[in-house]
Amino acid sequence: MNNILEVKDFSLAFAMYDGVFHRRMLNVITNLNITVGEGEMVAVAGSSGSGKSLLAHGIMGILPQNAVTGGSVLWRGQPMTPKLLKKIRGRALAFVPQSVTYLDPLIRVGRQITRDKGKLGELISRYHLKPEVARLYPHELSGGMTRRIMICAALAGSPELVVADEPTPGLSRHLAEHAMKHFREMADAGAGVLLVTHDIELAIRFADRIAVFYGGTTVETADAADFVNGDGRYPNGRDGGDGAGVGQVTGDSQDAGGDGAGAGSEPDGTGRRQGDGVGLRHPYSKALWAAMPQNGFVPTPGVQPYAGDLPAGCLYAPRCPMRTQACDVAPEPRPLRGGVVSCHHAV
Amino acid sequence: MGKLKSWGIRGGVSLGKLKSWGIYIGRGVALLFAVSALSFALASASPINPETRYRLSHPGVSQENVTKMREYWGIDEPPVGRYLGWLGGLVRGEWGMSTTYRRPVLDVIGERFSASFALMATAWVLSGLTGFAMGCVMAAARDRWPDRILRRICLFLCSVPTFWIGLVLLAVFSANLGWFPFGLAVPPGVRAESVTLAQRIHHLALPALTLSCLSFANLALHVREKLVDVYQSDYVLYARARGECGAQILFGHGIRNALVPAIIMQFGSVSELFGGSVFAESVFSYPGLGSALAKAGMDASDIPLFLGIVMISAVFIFAGNLTANILTQVIDPRTKGVG
Ligand SMILES: Nc1ncnc2c1ncn2[C@@H]1O[C@H](COP(=O)(O)OP(=O)(O)O)[C@@H](O)[C@H]1O
Ligand code: SF4
Ligand SMILES: [Mg+2]
Repeated sequence: MNNILEVKDFSLAFAMYDGVFHRRMLNVITNLNITVGEGEMVAVAGSSGSGKSLLAHGIMGILPQNAVTGGSVLWRGQPMTPKLLKKIRGRALAFVPQSVTYLDPLIRVGRQITRDKGKLGELISRYHLKPEVARLYPHELSGGMTRRIMICAALAGSPELVVADEPTPGLSRHLAEHAMKHFREMADAGAGVLLVTHDIELAIRFADRIAVFYGGTTVETADAADFVNGDGRYPNGRDGGDGAGVGQVTGDSQDAGGDGAGAGSEPDGTGRRQGDGVGLRHPYSKALWAAMPQNGFVPTPGVQPYAGDLPAGCLYAPRCPMRTQACDVAPEPRPLRGGVVSCHHAV
Repeated sequence: MGKLKSWGIRGGVSLGKLKSWGIYIGRGVALLFAVSALSFALASASPINPETRYRLSHPGVSQENVTKMREYWGIDEPPVGRYLGWLGGLVRGEWGMSTTYRRPVLDVIGERFSASFALMATAWVLSGLTGFAMGCVMAAARDRWPDRILRRICLFLCSVPTFWIGLVLLAVFSANLGWFPFGLAVPPGVRAESVTLAQRIHHLALPALTLSCLSFANLALHVREKLVDVYQSDYVLYARARGECGAQILFGHGIRNALVPAIIMQFGSVSELFGGSVFAESVFSYPGLGSALAKAGMDASDIPLFLGIVMISAVFIFAGNLTANILTQVIDPRTKGVG
C-alpha cells in the first residue's frame, strides 16, 4: 500500500510575546506521527484542546503566522512544500473545516460547493438537501446544513486525500453515518481519509485505524478492531438501543460519554477483523475505551495537560496508574502487536 | 420546511420591510420638524434680528419705518405663530425673501445648490474611490512601510480641520505654483454662457480636493481595518485551503466583504460633507450653499435664507442616511429576510 500522507515527528509551537521583547514558545504538538495510505481511513481521536485541528491546519498549510513547526509532512513521499501545497490544495487535497464560520457570508452556498451545476445537484440531493438550498447564504443555514455543505464542498472534486476536521457535530445520527459512509466509500475507491473526531464510536465503526491523541502527541495507533470485542459487539455485551451510543472523547471523566443512550450493538458490516478492547496498548487508550458508554463510563481522574504546561517526561504520567521512574523520560513510539505505542510499559 | 418557504420571498418586498421603511420615513419627518423648530428658536433668540440689523445699517431711521419693518417681519407676533406661519410657507413653497440677495430664498438655494452639489458629488466620488483603494493598499501591505506611512497620513488628515487643508492647498497650488485659480466657481468677468466645462473643473478641483480629505482618510482607515479582519477570518483560511490564490482571495472575498461597509459608510458621511463644505466654500469663495450659509448666518443675519439652507441640508443629510440604511438591506444578504 502506498502512503499518501506521512506526518513524521511533527511538532508545533506558538511564539508568544510577554511584553514587547520576551518571546516564549508555547508547545502544542510534540513528536506526532501519523500516516494515511491509499484506500485507508484513519481517525484521529482525542479530547478537545489536544491539537487535532492544528494538525489538520498544519497539513493544509493554513497555520497562523506565529506557529513554528518541526518534523516533516510528506505527500506521496515528497516533502510538502508551499509550492506543492499550492498545486494540490482544493484538488488532490480537500479539507472539511471544523467550524461553520468557514463559509464566506456574502457568497451563495451553491457557489461555495462547486461551480459544476451537475455535480452540485447530485451532492446536494445525496445529503438530503433541497435544491433551493444552493441559492441561500450561509447565515440562512442551520448548523447541520452548513456541515453538510462543507462536506459536499470537500467531496465535489475527486480528492486523493480528504482531511476532515470534526465533520459530524450538529448532524443527526443518521446524517453523521451517511457522511461516514460517503468517506468510507471514497476510501474504498482508493482515496485516503484523515478523520479528526472526538466521536470515538463513529471512528471505531468506520475507520481502519485510529490514532489516539493526547496532549498534542499520538500515544497509540491501533486498528479500529482493537477497540471492539471478539464477537463484533461493543465490549461489555450490553444490548438494546439502535446504535445511538455516542462515545465522546473528552478526557475529563465527568463529561465522558455524551448522551450515552443505548449501546451500539450492530456489527459494523465492514467485514473487518474483529479485535478486542483488551488489545489496546496505551494506558490512555484503555482509559478512553473504559470511558465509552458501552463499557460502563469508567472515569479516569485528572485532566489533560494544557499547551504550555506539558510535563517533562511522558505526557500521560500524571494520570497513569502504571507510571514508574522510567516514565520521567518521554517514551519514543515503538511498534507493538501490529500497532504503534508511545509507552515504556505497554505490552 | 416552513423555514424554506419564508426564504422564498427574499427577492420581493415583504410587508415587514415596507413597515421598516415606513418607520424610517416617519423618523425623517420627525427629524425635519425638530430641526426646523430648533433652528427657528435659535434664530429668534439671536441678539441680531432684522430690527437691530436694520437700525445698525440705517442710523437715524424714522419710527414709522421701524414700525413698518416690525410688521413686515411679524416681530410683534408671538413666536409660535411666526413659526407656524413660516412652516406653512415652507410647505407651500414660499420660503421668503433673502435680505442679502433680494431674491426669493428658493431661487438662491436652487442656484447655489447646483454649484454645491457639483462640488460635493466630486469630493464624494473622489474620496470614495481613493479612500477605498488606499484602504486596500494599506491592508495588502499591512504592518509594512507603505501601510505605516499611509496610515500616518490618514491619521493626520483625520485630525486637521478642513479649512486648514484648504488654506494649505491654496497657498501651494494657487499662490506658489499658480496651477489653480484662487477661488470662485468661474473666471471673473466671463459671462455665464461662455464658461467652459474645463474652466469649471479647473475652479472646482481645489475645493473638491479639500473637501474629499474630510472623509477619504476616515474611509481608508475603515476599509483597512475591515480588510485586515477579513484576511484573518476563517473563510479566507478556508479559501486558501481550497487552493484559491492571492488575487482570487482579494477580489472574491476581500473586496466583496469590505465593499458593503465602505459604501454604507460613504453614504453616512454626507452630513460631514455638508459641514465641511461650509469651510471649503468659504476658503475658496466658492458660490455654493455652504458659503451662502456662512454669510447668511454670520454677517448678514439673512434669517430666511439661513433657515432655508438649514432645512435643505437636513433633507439632504437625511436622504444620505436613508440611502445608507436601504443599501444595507439591499446589498448585504445578511440583513435580508430579517425585517
Ligand atoms: N493561534 C493560537 N495561538 C496559541 N495557542 C493556540 C492557537 N490555536 C490553538 N491554540 C492552542 O492549541 C491547543 C490545541 O488546539 P486545537 O488544535 O484547536 O485542539 P482540538 O482541535 O484538538 O480541539 C489548544 O489548547 C489551543 O488553546
Ligand atoms: S510511559 Fe509510563 S506514564 Fe507514560 S503511559 Fe506509559 S506507563 Fe504511563
Ligand atoms: Mg478542533
